[in-house]
Amino acid sequence: MADFHSSTLTQLAADLRARRFSSVELVSALLARIERHQGALNAFISVTRDAALAVARSADRELAAGSGGALTGVPIAHKDLFCTAGVRTSCGSRMLDNFVSPYDATVVARLKRAGAVMVGKTNMDEFAMGSSNETSYYGPARNPWNPALVPGGSSGGSAAAVAARLVPGATATDTGGSIRQPAALCGITGMKPTYGRVSRYGMVAFASSLDQGGVLTVSAADAALMLREMAGFDAADSTSVDTPVPDYVAALAAPLAGLKIGLLKEFFDEGLDRDNEQRVREALRVFEGLGASLREVSLPHLPLSVPVYYVVAPAECSANLARYDGVRFGHRCDSPRDLNDMYRRSRGEGFGAEVKRRVMTGTYVLSAGYYDAYYLKAQRVRALINADFIRAFQSVDVLMGPTTPTPAFAIGAKTADPITMYLNDIYTIGANLAGLPAVSVPCGFVQNLPVGLQIVGPHFSEARVLNAAHAFQRVTDWHTRIPRGYA
Amino acid sequence: MALTREQIAGIAALARLELSAQEIPVYQESLSSILEFVGALDACDTADVVPMAHPLADMSQRLRPDVVTEEDRRDLYQANAPLTAAGLYLVPKVIE
Repeated sequence: MADFHSSTLTQLAADLRARRFSSVELVSALLARIERHQGALNAFISVTRDAALAVARSADRELAAGSGGALTGVPIAHKDLFCTAGVRTSCGSRMLDNFVSPYDATVVARLKRAGAVMVGKTNMDEFAMGSSNETSYYGPARNPWNPALVPGGSSGGSAAAVAARLVPGATATDTGGSIRQPAALCGITGMKPTYGRVSRYGMVAFASSLDQGGVLTVSAADAALMLREMAGFDAADSTSVDTPVPDYVAALAAPLAGLKIGLLKEFFDEGLDRDNEQRVREALRVFEGLGASLREVSLPHLPLSVPVYYVVAPAECSANLARYDGVRFGHRCDSPRDLNDMYRRSRGEGFGAEVKRRVMTGTYVLSAGYYDAYYLKAQRVRALINADFIRAFQSVDVLMGPTTPTPAFAIGAKTADPITMYLNDIYTIGANLAGLPAVSVPCGFVQNLPVGLQIVGPHFSEARVLNAAHAFQRVTDWHTRIPRGYA
Repeated sequence: MALTREQIAGIAALARLELSAQEIPVYQESLSSILEFVGALDACDTADVVPMAHPLADMSQRLRPDVVTEEDRRDLYQANAPLTAAGLYLVPKVIE
């Protein structure tokens, strides 16, 4: 079988169950593909070949016995931010270069239980702080559509791996757009669930009120399948929500007729590339053709979401990253003079430039005399943004707009000025601040580079959001396009 | 607002980060521009707005019975430690 890689995750799972090929054949073929393209893409930090083949062999035994779960034998990759027992979990940082997790993240354990075969851990911005994968200690991952360009970030390795069809699906996390932005830039589907829907236990923490695990896949149907296996209550995460997980796969086929779509007025701003806007507007006409109605909706406080984020996220990051002290795990400097010297040099050496920038920004906005002016102020504006969303969802079912202002940009183009980089997430951050589910689906090309359409829904409306994305993908083929050299 | 070299050194000390002499002006510039950027929030009227700490603000935090649920896995956890002896984490001398 030479065309494993052009099949979707859903199809592969069905073919394995029908025993059209074995998991060992499938996993071996994709491991060979990963090896062939790793030099060009740098999508992986670790490849777990031997363990993957062992799990594939046991999956084949289960499939032969007619047992197993929804994903038995299906190869996937995990963003290197999810703890994996016995496997290095680096989070893209020198700080954790030697860290071998003693336990599995809940997401990892659930996907394991569903039968998925982990083939490796994907590249990412250091501690998920970045929008281009350029802050990784292991070097940037590259965009399969053009290796001179970024794949987006922070889940850049997962996005590049799925776009190049090295794996049919990968886990990812989204704190300010880190699933949706790389999905848009790589031409794949990316789903960030509602805050609390997927357990954060075993996810290396960045900004705990914003972080949420999700998936990067070729199609919305694949995202529905993977998410269904990952989501649900977990007592080990104090912010996990105890509400039943609907069958996202079963909900895919519902008709869209009557769906009320709100066009996010603030997203069609002067920063939006005109060609990018054109593709998004064409996609909206497709939804009208499917029986949905469009109306413009204004969220007046939404333009403040990036400034809010760059107070709240660094503040939470500075608190979360205080744990890296060179004592219990992680990097320790050589021959420390005293305890303070050990803290300072271990952290100074272990963290990269962007992580230090955010730790210091957070330290400053939380420090005595500045807490009210920056941190509390940002949390108040966050409440106003949240209220804007709640008001909008009283009159529409979902909100739509672009995922990013432009298609993928060149490696190195935005590294000089942090603000320029931060503004890449201008359309994605709002959903994190309000904790809303959102998906990015490919909706066309600008100069041979993919463009994403973003669909945002009310809390816990994953089924509706995926249903809308799936309906779009049934009548379009943007998500099936494979970059040249990877077909 | 522009931060001084001394302020950057002070923030780095609070954050327990060793910065080289070359790094200080870099962060002086970027932190100043970030603070200027987030200064856009000042123009927003937030009188009487309750700060939102996280998206599940309406939900209460769960409590569990105060009983031991974890088994002892010290050796496994200490396998990641830079320096241990006799089950203890070793650090530079703190008390003379």
